[in-house]
Amino acid sequence: MALRKLLLAHADERDLTKLAEYETVGGYESLRRALGMERQAVLDELLAADVRGRGGAGFPMGRKASFLPKPEDSSKRIYLVVNADESEPGTFKDREIMLRVPHLFLEGVFIAANTIGSNLAFIYLRGEYLREYEVVVAALEEAREAGYVGKDVLGSGWDLAVVVHRGAGAYICGEETGLLESLEGRRGQPRTKPPFPAISGLYASPTLINNVETLATVPKIVQMGGEAYARLGVEHSAGTRVFSLSGNVVNGGNYELELGTSLRELIYDLGGGIPDGRELKAIIPGGSSVPVLTAAEVDTPLDFDSMAAAGTMLGSGAVIVIDDRCCMVQLGLRVAQFYMHESCGKCTPCREGTRWMVQLLHKIEEGDATQGELDVLLDVCDRILGNCLCPLGDAAAMPVASYVARFREEYQRHIDEGGCPFGDESSLKGVLAPVDQHHARLRAEIEVPTGP
Amino acid sequence: MSAASTLYDRIREVAAQYPESRSAVLPALRLAQEENGGWLPPEAFREVGDALELTPAYCKAVASFYDMFHLAPVGRHMVEVCTNVSCALVGAQQVLEAFERELDAQAGETTADGEITLRTVECAGGCGWGTVVVVDHRYREPVQPADVPGIVRELRSGA
Repeated sequence: MALRKLLLAHADERDLTKLAEYETVGGYESLRRALGMERQAVLDELLAADVRGRGGAGFPMGRKASFLPKPEDSSKRIYLVVNADESEPGTFKDREIMLRVPHLFLEGVFIAANTIGSNLAFIYLRGEYLREYEVVVAALEEAREAGYVGKDVLGSGWDLAVVVHRGAGAYICGEETGLLESLEGRRGQPRTKPPFPAISGLYASPTLINNVETLATVPKIVQMGGEAYARLGVEHSAGTRVFSLSGNVVNGGNYELELGTSLRELIYDLGGGIPDGRELKAIIPGGSSVPVLTAAEVDTPLDFDSMAAAGTMLGSGAVIVIDDRCCMVQLGLRVAQFYMHESCGKCTPCREGTRWMVQLLHKIEEGDATQGELDVLLDVCDRILGNCLCPLGDAAAMPVASYVARFREEYQRHIDEGGCPFGDESSLKGVLAPVDQHHARLRAEIEVPTGP
Repeated sequence: MSAASTLYDRIREVAAQYPESRSAVLPALRLAQEENGGWLPPEAFREVGDALELTPAYCKAVASFYDMFHLAPVGRHMVEVCTNVSCALVGAQQVLEAFERELDAQAGETTADGEITLRTVECAGGCGWGTVVVVDHRYREPVQPADVPGIVRELRSGA
């Protein structure tokens, strides 16, 4: 097992952003085939493929789609919403898919929309991704001119309009109900579930929400058949994923691998190992929201079950490599600062808890924390877990609690030694987070009156 | 879209794509921000509100939620340095400090001549090629401290 280019096939040799090039490698043949099939038959292929969502939660895509009412049974319009709001720290694979194989992605969007009987799809695209927006819009225009989208697609009598909607900088809009709120023109604060979007999503109508990479697999599944797709990868983790490799590694970048490939193969064989003669210390295997692994766990396979058995998650497929220069208290602080910045403020445990975590981690890092405050930190994490409407609170609590659990001795040394054992040598020393910057500016704006 | 069309017309045109016009509030705010030198002054919220039949307060409440909308004036150029984990592990703070020195401005500030705003941002999604610096919405990756004087020179000499 190792590199297995399925989604990114031919992208090295050809400019697949061009429709003509994409068509020479069989582009839009899957759409043509799907339009000739019964909707249920396409759905059956997705179910047989057992493809799990590539955004982070890993929910089986076919099952999610099967929760929607059939178009003939729905009094309301049915929507497809694409989650292209990639912003989990460490993740940059949807970006690569949109930039390099935009037509594959769009073909998946069109097939999925047809399968659920939708005539209007929205692509909620991360606001910062300007170039990706330009590439996707240009590809969409080419597809429109060729009749793959628009009125009466390929003479099938089915119409599809696709609107590319740009976000404006908010991590929480990657959460599906926060995304829907944002798409409806509100602050991106998540909704309570149930009702689930499949029943009451965009404009209170049945809505299927899928990640970019998940949709990009759809034409491949239609092409090869669900059963053949399911044979790729390992049990409960079918297919390939595009893993984003970053941090202290020689060759950072995206690697499409069959699921079940080990972290070691990705980090050492493909990624070239740790630079500057340093030692591997820790690995974040699925984006900053997931629990950390130690260097000893580098042989863990990249699949859903193996990661769960190791106490973590495959998440968004973002592998962050951390070498021995990194102070794990500083890592905890920087991660907690991110979630504090991105908390939408709706649920108290997340809004207050992330702020409290940052304060406690600052004290531990500065050597000002008592033994009891380390326990308070874990207690705060525990009280966030499972107590919020959306996963953001858990996404802050789980990794930080895991850093303490796996690197307890390092946290303890900060307390015992009254400061950071790394001194000025940690790779994360003094990193300025956006929350620090906002606070500095607010402080500067408050004019403190001075006496006469 | 002709250059001569008003902000109101352009917002109405965007809103027509959606079943409910309120959905156009983010694109409308983006148009208004582009029209107002990169930030949203109070009158922008009135204009967006007029076009979408929303109150200015509602529009401001939405804008304040999102990181890419600016409620105070910014420089003609925007330099954003990602300091999230992956970039920080490979020296984002050193890149940020190089910009601070070169611009004689702290993160979160605009240069004295009002030309360039410097700020840190959360993960920009270029983690494998850190440090990611976003200059006027275009990604530069990877950026090393040694690249910083060149980027600043380019902005200072450019249009």
